[in-house]
Amino acid sequence: MLLSLYLLTAMAEATRLSSNGTAQRGPYISVITNRTTNLLIRGTMLFGVGVFLALVLNLLQVQRNVTLFPPDVISSIFSSAWWVPPCCGTASALIGLLYPCIDRRLGEPHKLKREWSSVMRCVAVFVGINHASAKVDFANNVQLSLTLAALSVGLWWTFDRSRSGFGLGVAIALLATLATQLLVYNGVFQYTSPDFLYIRSWLPCIFFAGVITMGNIGRQLALYECKVVQEKIHQD
Amino acid sequence: MTVRERLRQNISAAFYRHGLLCASYPVPIILFTSVSILTCCYPLLKLPLPGTGPVEFTTGAKDYSVPSHEPQGDLGERPDWYQGPPVAYIQQVLVKAAVSPWDSSLVPVDVFRSPLGRVFSLLEEIRNHVYTDRSLETLCLQVTELLPGLRRMQSILPEHGCLLVSPGNYWQNRRDLFDSDPDILKTVHQHEPKGIHTSATLKDLLFGVPGKNTGVSLYSRKRVVTYTITIALSSYDARFVASLRARLKQLHPSVNCTLREDHMVHVHFKEEIGIAELIPLVTTYIILFAYIYFSTRKIDMVKSKWGLALAAVVTVLSSLLMSVGLCTLFGLTPTLNGGSIFPYLVVVIGLENVLVLTKSVVSTPVDLEVKLRIAQGLSSESWSIMKNMATELVIILIGYFTLVPAIQEFCLFAVVGLVSDFFLQMFFFTTVLSIDIRRMELADLNRRLPAEAGMPPPPKPGPLRPREAPPPPRPSPHTITLQAPAFRNLRLPKRLRVVYFLARTRLAQRIIMVGTVIWIGILVYTDPAGLRTYLAAQVSEQSPLGEAGLPPHLGVAPVFPGGDPTSTLSVLPAPEPTPLPENQSQGHGASRPGGAPLTSPQISWGSEDEEVWRRLSFRYWPSLFSYYNITLAKRYISILPVIPVTLHLNPQEAIEMRHPQDTQHAPRSSAKTTDLQTDLTLYKVAALGLFAGVVLVLLLFCLYRVLCPRNYGQNGVQHGRRRRGDLPCDEYGYSPPVSEISPLLLRGHSMDIECLASDGMLLASCCLAGQIRVWDAQTGDCLTVIPNNGYIRTHTCTLKCCPLSLPGPPLRRRVTPSRPTLFGDQPDLTPLIDTNFGELPPSHTTVGFGFDFGGLVEKAYKEHEASPTMHFTAPTPPVTPAPPQRRRSLGDPPVAPPERINVSPGEWDSSVWSLELRGNLIAAGRSSGKLELWDAVEGTLRCCNEDGSSGITALAFLNNRIVAARLNGSLDFFTVDINKPLGLLQYRGPPGRASLPSSPCYSSEDVISCQLTRSVQCAHQKPITVLRAAAGRVVTGSQDHTVRVYRLEDSCCLFTLQGHSGGITAIYIDQTMVLASGGQDGAICLWDVLTGSRVSHVYGHRGDVTSLVCTNSCVISSGLDDLICIWDRSTGIKLYSIQQEVGCGSSLGVISDSLLVTGGHGCVSFWDLNYGDLLQTVYLGQNSEGQHVRQLLVLDNAAIVCDFGSELSLVYVPSVLEKLD
Repeated sequence: MLLSLYLLTAMAEATRLSSNGTAQRGPYISVITNRTTNLLIRGTMLFGVGVFLALVLNLLQVQRNVTLFPPDVISSIFSSAWWVPPCCGTASALIGLLYPCIDRRLGEPHKLKREWSSVMRCVAVFVGINHASAKVDFANNVQLSLTLAALSVGLWWTFDRSRSGFGLGVAIALLATLATQLLVYNGVFQYTSPDFLYIRSWLPCIFFAGVITMGNIGRQLALYECKVVQEKIHQD
Repeated sequence: MTVRERLRQNISAAFYRHGLLCASYPVPIILFTSVSILTCCYPLLKLPLPGTGPVEFTTGAKDYSVPSHEPQGDLGERPDWYQGPPVAYIQQVLVKAAVSPWDSSLVPVDVFRSPLGRVFSLLEEIRNHVYTDRSLETLCLQVTELLPGLRRMQSILPEHGCLLVSPGNYWQNRRDLFDSDPDILKTVHQHEPKGIHTSATLKDLLFGVPGKNTGVSLYSRKRVVTYTITIALSSYDARFVASLRARLKQLHPSVNCTLREDHMVHVHFKEEIGIAELIPLVTTYIILFAYIYFSTRKIDMVKSKWGLALAAVVTVLSSLLMSVGLCTLFGLTPTLNGGSIFPYLVVVIGLENVLVLTKSVVSTPVDLEVKLRIAQGLSSESWSIMKNMATELVIILIGYFTLVPAIQEFCLFAVVGLVSDFFLQMFFFTTVLSIDIRRMELADLNRRLPAEAGMPPPPKPGPLRPREAPPPPRPSPHTITLQAPAFRNLRLPKRLRVVYFLARTRLAQRIIMVGTVIWIGILVYTDPAGLRTYLAAQVSEQSPLGEAGLPPHLGVAPVFPGGDPTSTLSVLPAPEPTPLPENQSQGHGASRPGGAPLTSPQISWGSEDEEVWRRLSFRYWPSLFSYYNITLAKRYISILPVIPVTLHLNPQEAIEMRHPQDTQHAPRSSAKTTDLQTDLTLYKVAALGLFAGVVLVLLLFCLYRVLCPRNYGQNGVQHGRRRRGDLPCDEYGYSPPVSEISPLLLRGHSMDIECLASDGMLLASCCLAGQIRVWDAQTGDCLTVIPNNGYIRTHTCTLKCCPLSLPGPPLRRRVTPSRPTLFGDQPDLTPLIDTNFGELPPSHTTVGFGFDFGGLVEKAYKEHEASPTMHFTAPTPPVTPAPPQRRRSLGDPPVAPPERINVSPGEWDSSVWSLELRGNLIAAGRSSGKLELWDAVEGTLRCCNEDGSSGITALAFLNNRIVAARLNGSLDFFTVDINKPLGLLQYRGPPGRASLPSSPCYSSEDVISCQLTRSVQCAHQKPITVLRAAAGRVVTGSQDHTVRVYRLEDSCCLFTLQGHSGGITAIYIDQTMVLASGGQDGAICLWDVLTGSRVSHVYGHRGDVTSLVCTNSCVISSGLDDLICIWDRSTGIKLYSIQQEVGCGSSLGVISDSLLVTGGHGCVSFWDLNYGDLLQTVYLGQNSEGQHVRQLLVLDNAAIVCDFGSELSLVYVPSVLEKLD
């Protein structure tokens, strides 16, 4: 997280410098302005954010009945299978890069509240949704799923409001749910109390909210890239 | 008026009054707010302190019965958790053993080897104890296997059997292993974790007493070994326990022991928050802080940015506290963990309102009174604030109806939080804001009066220069001299800036203070001295010994020999324990005289031994049980009274039990080493603390510099209002080098400039006096001056003899007055022979005089015969008498004057209303309705058309057509014909550059005629205000509320666009067929030029829309309200707006898709279109205060021309310029 924040600052710095002319243009900035490098940096950052969120949220999902963890905190952080965080990271990197790309293709740039504070708010709400799914005791699963669905759609309405975002979110959520079903069906892992075929019924909502969040972050990161690239075009 | 509007007005008015109130009485309102915050927080005092410390409840042991599950009403003092059976009953056997009397022949290992060895026999005794038919096996808590992660403890902790823990576990409860162990200490310590440990260690776990009280050490002074045997029972059998107690007491009597045996302590454990569970919490907090950081970063243009940010955070925090307090008051004690829902609440409540308020207030005109500014700012945002709040309330209401208890609770909490937050925003934050703004005004005043009062001495002579020698009032038009003190601050070397920064903010001092506090906090938390336990004991009120008991860390440090009566603390129940009977009871009377009583270990029992488990970490029991996957969270254990066991061993026994290696061990203990030991530890801790503090300071400082590279401390000047002379400074506190952009001042006009036209290479300007000047857009040189009354040719303009222009002009102009006489009667063939361009025009005069020039068959004219004939046949009824005139006007102006004077003297006073420039032709439309075509380079009139009499309000010059809009609403289309005597096209300037505007230049030898091809008489009902042409279309806007689109080729009207409810004031059309129009009603319409349909329609301005520009993605409009709005082109959503200075709203231009230029008070500002950030402000001159930039023109070569007053300013944007090269 801190690393990504630092990278952000660096990118902002680079943008600022490049927007102010060529005098201070060093090798570092030219690296940042390079398009593929930029894509790589964005992808790496998104991957990092995805892995981090996966680890943290997985901790949230660990049920309450084990109150005290064994002394090794590290082992409890990595209590899930090793492949889960990389998968989440890759998925989030893909989504985060896909969103701005689709925006560009459709010619409907994302205009709603393009600020980091709003992105942070979005991430916080996403963590909150996860928190609710893990910790709040609901009467039954239908209630839980409905509440989470409402929260997810609320998240989309508050922070995204673009049709492409909604469509992509739903599509990816369905795909991910299907993939999870298949995984569980093949016995890779299983849920403690499945209520929707083989998985929990709130999983699609969580996926949807996650897609929206990662898309938001990706778009915000792409803003920097746009700025840098535009400046670069000017320079050329 | 709809209900909505009425509501809106009412809200706005209420907010306005409220703003006035807040700004008028800031101190009483802040006092009132503080009082109400405190009142609302008062109920919080009753809440128990947050924490995970256990809670105790004591009952008598005699009449104990397992509490039932059903809560019984009558038991008032019984806590609600005291229901059902406990997880386990804990029976501890506290063993104190000593070798006495101490013999000088004994080695330090003897202190603990034989006492520890006794544990095995005790264990045997306990295990084999049977009362009636019950043994320990049937009663004890049976445990299964350890958690999978604890394999390494498998050999030590019991598995699959009774949970019975004692030091004997180190040796698997086998005596033979113990006897063969060469180094007991090593065995004990091999399982200890390294570094700081917070929870119970294995040694604590097995010994049952804190590690340093066990006495298992080579340097123990007291030579008493203390340990416990802990038995967990699953069910309580009073008789069995009593018999075990009696048996043990009988075997190992403790003479002076007066421990109470009638109390059972039930310890309830709250939900434990493990480190792993803290990680999500910490993450949410990190996100929360990032959110606060990114939010407060946006607060700008105030006196103290940090002050306001703090006020914002205080607002949010105290509103949360208030809501918790209020909830408590009404009995809604939150059962959720407050710490974990807190971040979400902040996110729900948000800081947005605060930021919106600040922005709105700051954007009000600065010259207003503070009161009014606050009131206006409040009222302008009132609607959105109320709307947001209503939305949030509705969402929360929906959440409330989910009927999930946890969510309902959250919602109730959030409603109270929202309301209190709103209250605080309205009263607290608004008032703080008003104070801040007042302070800013005061600071401005102060800065104006004493020039540079509190300035640090300049570090080097460089910056001193301006003070020593005040700069000349106007050294050069091409440079800006920056004289503000802030500028010098910025130019300080980096080192000094850091030093000043440190000195100003006392950063290091504060960070060290904070670091110390954090360090103390860590020390307390890690609990090296049992502080935490002590505090926990103090907090728990039900504890019987909470007040009476000694602070553990005092009580457990009996460094004094037990026999010293003066040092025996008075709290000890048996202050005078005599050692003698003790020894006798053991049956070993051979006490040695002399020093023996001093060194012989004394076993004493005090009240601190009653509950020995109190001295342990409060995590002792949970961690013990957690090893077997048994949670104590939300459950309780019952601790039975401890069974004291005293063991006295004689030296002989100790010597017998020695291991052969024991004697080779460490030297005899001495007080010296112990002191040294403790001293060393102290020093180590101190050094470690100091080091850690320094590292922390450095780390925080680096973090600060990395995250906040801005200079917040710079007197607030940079973040204050943009003032003339201040170095413009972008958001990051970075000031661009001044040399980068320097405006070029073009002087020469005597009056204010009215019209401005350019084709990228040349620049034509016309002032109120009617003088037209042509400038080179690259160098800023004045090329030509065309005075109003064409025949006075004053070449006063300070020419810097431009290399680009033709070499001839000055020379030629000097001779012009005599030209008619010289060349008046030259034959027509001259242009063909003569290569001097300057001498071309006279040839036409002869043609003009000879009315029948068609008869003079010239080779040159043959080629273009068609056009003159057409010219004659042009249907222009009103101007039928004009042909001779026109013929003549084709010639050189010097010939024309006599006729013009004849026509009407007043015509020459007619002013130029519109100006266009293409190639090297200037088209000027005059108020008299005359259209003139001038040669821009030579300053000669090439053509003139007086077909219309109504003033030309707007001109468009595209390809070879000129469209003129007239005051009476008619629209004239002219065609410019070029008769080329030679077949060669001449391009002006170097070929590379000339390829840009792609307008072939009209060489001087061409005969240029301008004929009216079509006149649309009633194009509009009212005067045409705007005329734009692009992409083969001509668009006109008129005061009759309509926009018309014509095709340029055939002047056919394609569409009449209706949609505005006011006169059209601005139109934009470009090559990509984007058409936007703005009207007096403040509306902006986007049209589809192909179909004539309206794409979008937005209202953005209060008053006229004065100018419109489109880029690929957005539409930029400015209005009379001095607001520049940026709209999304596809959706019509307003992205943001920029408040301009008064009177500067209309001038704007777009350099590239992301760079916007606006004019201001004597300056132009560059904005980043994507973000709305101010990139740079360029000041045009020194004494331009009060001069507005009214027109702004963006040239193709990324230069900007703007007028201010009688001067023109040419600004290059270097970074954009490079694009062309």
